[in-house]
Amino acid sequence: MAELITFYLVPGLVLGAIYAMSATGLSLVYGVIRFANFAHGDLMGLGAYAALAASQGLGLSPWASIPFAAAATVPAALAADVLFYARLRRSLPAVLLISSFGTALMLRAVIYLAFGPTPQTFGRAIVPPLMLWGLRIQERHVWIIAGAAASAAVLHLILARTRAGRAMRAMADDPDLARITGVPTEAVIRLTWTIAAVLVAIAGVFLGLDTQLTPVMGFNVLLASFAAAILGGIGRPWGAALGGLILGLAEECSSYPVVGGAPLLEPSYKSAVAFAVLIVTLIARPQGLFRGMG
Amino acid sequence: MDALLYLATLATLAAIYAALALGLNLHWGLTGLMNFGGAGFVAIGAYTAALLTAAPSATHVGGFALPWWLAWPAAALAGALLALPIGAVSLRLRADYLAIATIGIAEIVRLFARNEDWLTGGPLGVTAIPRPFEALGNPAGQFAFLGLVALVVAGLYALAEMTARSPFGRALRAVRDDEEAAKAVGKNPARLRLQAFVLGAACMGLGGAMLTAFFKFMGPDALEPVTVTFLVWVMLIAGGSGSNAGAVLGAVAVWAVWAATDWLAAQLPGELATRAAYVRLFLIGLALQVILLARPQGLLGERMAGR
Amino acid sequence: MALLEVDRVVGGYGEADILQGASLAAEAGEIVVIVGANGAGKSTLMKAIAGLVRVRSGSIRFAGDEIANAPAEGMIRRGLAYVPQERNVFPSLTVEENLRMGAYVRPDATRAGIARVLALFPDLDARRGVAAGRLSGGQRQMVAIARALMLEPRLILLDEPTAGLSPRFCAVIFERVQAIARAGVGVLMVEQNARPALAIADRGVVLAMGRNRATAPGPALLADPEIGRLFLGG
Repeated sequence: MAELITFYLVPGLVLGAIYAMSATGLSLVYGVIRFANFAHGDLMGLGAYAALAASQGLGLSPWASIPFAAAATVPAALAADVLFYARLRRSLPAVLLISSFGTALMLRAVIYLAFGPTPQTFGRAIVPPLMLWGLRIQERHVWIIAGAAASAAVLHLILARTRAGRAMRAMADDPDLARITGVPTEAVIRLTWTIAAVLVAIAGVFLGLDTQLTPVMGFNVLLASFAAAILGGIGRPWGAALGGLILGLAEECSSYPVVGGAPLLEPSYKSAVAFAVLIVTLIARPQGLFRGMG
Repeated sequence: MDALLYLATLATLAAIYAALALGLNLHWGLTGLMNFGGAGFVAIGAYTAALLTAAPSATHVGGFALPWWLAWPAAALAGALLALPIGAVSLRLRADYLAIATIGIAEIVRLFARNEDWLTGGPLGVTAIPRPFEALGNPAGQFAFLGLVALVVAGLYALAEMTARSPFGRALRAVRDDEEAAKAVGKNPARLRLQAFVLGAACMGLGGAMLTAFFKFMGPDALEPVTVTFLVWVMLIAGGSGSNAGAVLGAVAVWAVWAATDWLAAQLPGELATRAAYVRLFLIGLALQVILLARPQGLLGERMAGR
Repeated sequence: MALLEVDRVVGGYGEADILQGASLAAEAGEIVVIVGANGAGKSTLMKAIAGLVRVRSGSIRFAGDEIANAPAEGMIRRGLAYVPQERNVFPSLTVEENLRMGAYVRPDATRAGIARVLALFPDLDARRGVAAGRLSGGQRQMVAIARALMLEPRLILLDEPTAGLSPRFCAVIFERVQAIARAGVGVLMVEQNARPALAIADRGVVLAMGRNRATAPGPALLADPEIGRLFLGG
């Protein structure tokens, strides 16, 4: 039992927390700005690497480098919007999607140029695992889960209790009606990008902490992020968070030896779990758990 | 002599990319299917041709040393067969969902090729693959191969044009532009889309077979998504989606730029050369966005409804 | 000079100009009803005034300022509130949050605004926490109108407020409209339900093919058999 928790459930929660943060940012952008942002993953990579640079250059811990991650992703997201997406607002969502692929490549190229292709890590010191309730848990895993939970709480407060959050939800419901009530739509769009970029920066640092940093780390979780967001109901941030947790758990538990020592799914196919969840969702319940948009 | 050889290889790859672009035009240009998983269909065609034409080997299945004129149609068929179940399930999805689903499919194919090493030779791939006409030596063999590929692509272009102008092609465009209206006049959008998807996938599979012959090798990492999927999209958008001539023109033009930057980069000292590759990546992403903003119909394409 | 003056407006969506020279005027505290057949341009005219449809020529003056082609976001600040015919509430926001959106540009007026509109629509008080998408058609309509009244607009544009509602709700809506006008708010209303609407109208405007056909006090229009036959379905 302890083995199930330590080697499957906890890693599943950690991965799930990362997916949840990434998918939430993705869903926010989809809901308010109305397109599937394929640059989302590479924005995460940018955040992770910016944190790496700060951590290496200034001798900071990865946690203290999170603001630097956001300092990279927020301007990048806003610049992409101002330069490209804003001028395509009236275009088909498909055009915006293709455009975001261009952004993705540009971000990835920047990472390659600045850091090269070799995988890197945050270089953490070897720390003995914590003992919580009789279970061995890595300290960084606790912080990742706590960090994701705190981010979710803050986001909830913003969306539910602030005027700006209400404006975001209103725009997700009906952008024309929002304009009629005087909502400054462009400003709200910029705010949405900012929030999503902060979420993705944190997720990037967490992902780098949990695994390693490579220039394609973000693109590798793009599929999972979309699967989680669609599972939860696209455009519904809470759904995305739940979808992320479910997906993370499913992915880690998929290699659990269920039947006589053989895993349910070969570990080398782990990244196919996200795809399977995506396809099942799209066939069985395309509106997702919380009835997404469209 | 070397320069001639280099040009021949460039032209061959340009032609193969033209085949891929024609396939994508069938998907996106004519039918509005957002397929971002081209790499998957190319891979299955590539591996089919590899396993059929390679010499016998203990590291993978197949190795029947069959000739290209058997293997290449088989590769096209493999692409079509992969597309059939996928299309039946996912084509009714909205454009953005289809994009994600097709990315997933390409990833699954890649994982399969990497993991099922009993079948595919795993990460080491399939070697000892013959190239048509290589017995003629260089450069004659290269030019003969180029001639073969060019002929195949010319054939694909003719077929694509016929399809585009046929009632089938018109029906595809009708479904793309206004599904409800098309249904109202009795068209079956689901079946039309599936047919287009399968045909385009066959095209991509054939392109994969030609790539295998070109490289004389196939492995899970030989087909980079950035080139095989994404660059083909840039080619189609630049050339003009919806137009077969645009697809070919875009492929040739973009590939020429790509190869030119490759050549330029090779003139630089080692360290700078790798960096130049990344600068090129950046510029390709930028170019795509600039085209979408400045001239979304590309060089020869149609202005699609609603853009 | 009237509160709202629409002078020979030509415009519409895209290339087609549905409006071919429509004019009307509305005063504070007046109820002006626009009627006409389907496709006559009634909703298009409302949208043009609200800033959602392009005006090619002609002028729209509100409180003396020219507002043709001005951004839609700025209308509420001028005191011009618009209630579209469909999709006129935020479905995933609660009733209370919908009302708060009505005071978005002046948040400190929210409390007073909510108190005021709930006095006009007391049924909504019990449903403050309900998501607007879950309400019945009639209740949604009340939320939509209440939202528009939050900042005490000088003129309110109502596009077919009784569409799809039961006769009981129609009567309630018309009665509330009169209450709103009595409070000094100008009401410009498009109505398919022409007869009861014209009965309460200070002025009726008949639109056909994008231009005016007749303008007269509502009851006078009702009484005219020619108008009735041509434009009001007999």
